Amino acid sequence: MDLERRRLFGGGLSMGALTLLTGCDISDHDSVQKALAMVSRFNDRVQAALFSAHKLAPTFSEAEAVKDFRYNAWYGQDKSPKLSPSEYRLTLAGMVADKTPWTVEKLYTLPQTTQITRHVCVEGWSMIGKWSGTPLSSFLQRTGADLTAKYVGFECADGYYEGIDMPTALHPQTLMAFKLSDETLPTRHGYPFKMRIPTKLGFKNPKFVTTIYVTNQQPKGFWTDRGYNWFSGI
Amino acid sequence: MSQVEVQTHPIATRLTHWLMALSIVILIGSGWRIYNASPIFGFTFPEWATLGGDVEEALALHNDPGVASAIAWHFAAMWLLALSYLCFMLWNIFSGHFRRDFLPIGPASFWRDFTAAIRFRLDHRLGEYNVVQRVAYWGALGSIAMMLLSGIAIWKPVQTYPLETLFGGFQGARLVHFVFMTAITLFIVVHVALVILVPKTFVAMTLGKATAVHKGES
Repeated sequence: MDLERRRLFGGGLSMGALTLLTGCDISDHDSVQKALAMVSRFNDRVQAALFSAHKLAPTFSEAEAVKDFRYNAWYGQDKSPKLSPSEYRLTLAGMVADKTPWTVEKLYTLPQTTQITRHVCVEGWSMIGKWSGTPLSSFLQRTGADLTAKYVGFECADGYYEGIDMPTALHPQTLMAFKLSDETLPTRHGYPFKMRIPTKLGFKNPKFVTTIYVTNQQPKGFWTDRGYNWFSGI
Repeated sequence: MSQVEVQTHPIATRLTHWLMALSIVILIGSGWRIYNASPIFGFTFPEWATLGGDVEEALALHNDPGVASAIAWHFAAMWLLALSYLCFMLWNIFSGHFRRDFLPIGPASFWRDFTAAIRFRLDHRLGEYNVVQRVAYWGALGSIAMMLLSGIAIWKPVQTYPLETLFGGFQGARLVHFVFMTAITLFIVVHVALVILVPKTFVAMTLGKATAVHKGES
């Protein structure tokens, strides 16, 4: 009994130790990554079901909005692409009727709304900002996008790429943001515009958008390709 | 006088206990890695104690400090914990285990057992829970409930709004999540230390039954 007990106890200890101490080996194992990816896809479906088209992200007062908004990317801000206002074109692709490219000037004449919402980073920090721009839903309607399609994808000048589900694209707070704190979006924050989606984690808010496409195939995402959850709703 | 003490745990208790234990180890390990990406306080957890793969490799491969895998672990183990916790609670409420063995508790009896415990005069009887133990178990079970609730507020701050206001906002929910993680970690340290002192409790929780001959003073 004593021996057996000791053996069992050793087994119990090593189970905990296995998970904690050799965590690296377990996590990087192919079969573990596959299993985790499977649960992540299950979580996509759960999150899509939890998402409410009418539930608005909380809004905050002018005083709570941060003026000097935090810069965040995988490269230093001096490497942010400087897009020329005269040469820039927003191209449209996929299930969109009118694919005429958009200049900055034309984009900035679109009707704008303002929101003071919270950006929540997947790392855990959060920051409130004041954003102005045109709702993506009205832009999609204006350009004759097929709103029964499943996804909207984005390609960006810095090599970034993202995509969201159509219900989120049509959410009233999903903006093509042209301004931050009442001023034209600074280069480091994505001039000429960034997607502002307060119902998604920060990394689902692409900057320097150069292409918007509508599709039935789930678009890839820069961080999703690096193991993060695709839906990443909040 | 000596008497034979018996501790038994039905399969439902053992299974849910070990599933909760496994999920909590994964959640704490991956949670510490996620915490390290944006620390609340002026310290980070040593990388060897965290879960989420090789940090250097992830950084070199795709500029990610190993948070992707940590989050994948965290959002997988949360389902395991929620399910096993729910089953554990329902089973023990309806089987009468809570009523029989974890109650009653009260300030006077807690103080009596607590002062006896710190003077090493508290007798341990297999299969019986003193009031300090009972309070500790309720504390751990309550902490798990708080972890689930604050965790939901952090995971879905928009869809569950105004849940986060219970914790003083989104960052408040992160703080509450950290505080009850600490409580559960302390519980585990004491729990495991006491199991090492009385290994038969481990036998009972694993095989279902353990006996001991008690030579009490009374």
